Amino acid sequence: MTTTSPPQPGELGLLARPGWPDATGHFGVFGGRFVPEALIAALDELTEAYEAMRVDPAFLEEFARLQRDYTGRPSPVTEVPKFAEHCGGARVLLKREDLNHTGSHKINNVLGQALLTRRIGKTRVIAETGAGQHGVATATAAALMGLSCTVYMGEEDTRRQALNVARMRLLGAEVIPVTTGSRTLKDAINEAFRDWVTNVETTNYVFGTVAGPHPFPAMVRDFQRVIGDEARAQVLEREGRLPDAVLACVGGGSNAIGIFTAFVPDEGVRLVGLEAAGDGVETGRHAATITGGSPGVLHGARSYLLQDDNGQTIESHSISAGLDYPGVGPEHSYLHDIGRAEYRPVTDAAAMEAFALLCRTEGIIPAIESAHALAGAMELGRELGPDALLLVNLSGRGDKDVETASAWFGLGDREEVDPGPGLDTDQQATEGAISNDEAVAGPDAGETA
Amino acid sequence: MSLLASRIAAAKAEGRAALIAYLPVGYPDVERSIEAMVAAVEAGADVVEIGVPYSDPGMDGPVIQEAVDVAVRAGVGMRDVLRAVEAVAAAGAVAVVMSYWNPVERYGVERFAADLAAAGGAGAITPDLIPDEAGEWIAASDRAGLDRVFLVAPSSTEARLRSTTAACRGFVYAASTMGVTGTRATVGDAAETLVGRTRAAAPDLAVCVGLGVSDGDQAAEVAAFADGVIVGSAYVRELLEGRGPDGVRALTADLAEGVRRAAVTA
Ligand SMILES: Cc1ncc(COP(=O)(O)O)c(C=O)c1O
Repeated sequence: MTTTSPPQPGELGLLARPGWPDATGHFGVFGGRFVPEALIAALDELTEAYEAMRVDPAFLEEFARLQRDYTGRPSPVTEVPKFAEHCGGARVLLKREDLNHTGSHKINNVLGQALLTRRIGKTRVIAETGAGQHGVATATAAALMGLSCTVYMGEEDTRRQALNVARMRLLGAEVIPVTTGSRTLKDAINEAFRDWVTNVETTNYVFGTVAGPHPFPAMVRDFQRVIGDEARAQVLEREGRLPDAVLACVGGGSNAIGIFTAFVPDEGVRLVGLEAAGDGVETGRHAATITGGSPGVLHGARSYLLQDDNGQTIESHSISAGLDYPGVGPEHSYLHDIGRAEYRPVTDAAAMEAFALLCRTEGIIPAIESAHALAGAMELGRELGPDALLLVNLSGRGDKDVETASAWFGLGDREEVDPGPGLDTDQQATEGAISNDEAVAGPDAGETA
Repeated sequence: MSLLASRIAAAKAEGRAALIAYLPVGYPDVERSIEAMVAAVEAGADVVEIGVPYSDPGMDGPVIQEAVDVAVRAGVGMRDVLRAVEAVAAAGAVAVVMSYWNPVERYGVERFAADLAAAGGAGAITPDLIPDEAGEWIAASDRAGLDRVFLVAPSSTEARLRSTTAACRGFVYAASTMGVTGTRATVGDAAETLVGRTRAAAPDLAVCVGLGVSDGDQAAEVAAFADGVIVGSAYVRELLEGRGPDGVRALTADLAEGVRRAAVTA
């Protein structure tokens, strides 16, 4: 089915699709399958089973039930007026994926793929994870459905997301720290593919984002599009209009595709993806794949990626483990090339400023990933001015990031916790007092924060 | 006739399988990797599979990864690979490049084909490029007169065995087991079954078996049913463990004896 319209009331979300990818998984020149032949049979099996499943009323009903009763969908939309004061006066609505069970949008996709795993009769799932949210979601679904679960996680990420490692182990999953390459998400994906090709008879690979070989980009998008389907209806109902722009952070791109898809046909709605710019795109230490990369092949698909002149993947850098990835899903490359979506860089410092602001102004601790989208709203809101209505995907909550944030703001090692980055008076807050040079200590600013 | 096909046919005429040695360019450094390749040729390898270093070698196990990581970090690139191709061809073996797809695409597919042919290379093995995605490479390799080797696996359907072998020239690479590169205690029945199925799909194409062969005994076992025996991790281990060209020579002698032994007992 190649309708471009969002699902109508009563129509189930998975049935609606934009006019891409084609039957072999290509989004224009992007996507496809660049994998060893040994995996083709498994990818064909998945594609076939998924295409049958997505139109099967019994599956759609069970999926809808799990989303409602287990995940807690629909997630609410929350207006954040005090935060919006820092966004040039634009109004800001948050789509609250942070309130889902397990704490992020990742559960939306995992429940779908876990049901698919059961359907094809496999008993073991594997997953890669960066921030740990996809790993936690997969471990959760595996516990729920009685599947055994192994999660690959870069050793570097097991350190910065230790809370999620503990959560996965509590849920009964085996967590394998990956020590090859850059020891982050990219290497965890390599290890997961190696496991899959070796154990494919018993094992399904539950991929965490809209990247990888066909059918993952299309399938994960279909499972995530519920975010935008809900949000579009929620915004229309409360505002009587569509937002001017929809913003989301982009690692592999699943939460962004999830909220974008319903709005793709709405040409007046700007779709803005925020990429992690780390220390700044110009420093080379970043993860802004579309902004700073070029087309090539990584992890089974053609898409933008960070690469050197020899075609070697360049290690990415971001304070956010979930965005610290040198690739991006092929549909984003396509939306970029056809001009339907725009991609902007957000530095670590800008993201952490937005992170602190949302905590202090609204009582919501966002995931650092999602804070990149918030920083994008601060920038875009100032460009668009007071009449603008911005919809931001708050893809996850920040519990997992408490340690990273404490270190960034220099909070951990004090007896008396400083009221912090300059938000002690309204005056300062409205002037955007969490400016990096003034009050927010970066990792290099030591004790001065 | 293709360079690879004629070399494999020549081995067959001697009543044996061809010996194909994989070594990556740039481990421990470019010069010494080329020395190791030349040593393999001198000791009896028919074909050298010249590995292009890649940062994300999804089909390789830890042994090859470790060596290739060193080469990637040292910035080894296609120009070094082409130098290795020239050296191997000059030493008298057939040089075939083994590359994950992104380094080729980055270099430029057309330019890669032209430069590889000019360096005396026979063609390329592309472990993460399936014929379905290979339109540009098929056209470029046709124009340059290069061989192209795709992979088949135990999980390949009959239809895919037919379409993949139809796109190959030189030989088809039969991945003996479901898994990544690395030495194994046994190569297993899966390889023989796969070779049989592949032959049925393409009676005129040579079938070479890789993944897991590490010594003369295993080489003999595989040579009994395949046209060529591909050895990778065992070679790389010689270098990782510091035995250098001498280790490569000794291993090659053992393997070369293995591919001949089969002919006698078969
Ligand atoms: C909360 C949150 N948001 C975003 C991401 C990035 O993934 P994606 O770009 O696929 O949404 C992650 C990944 O771990 C995450 O945990």
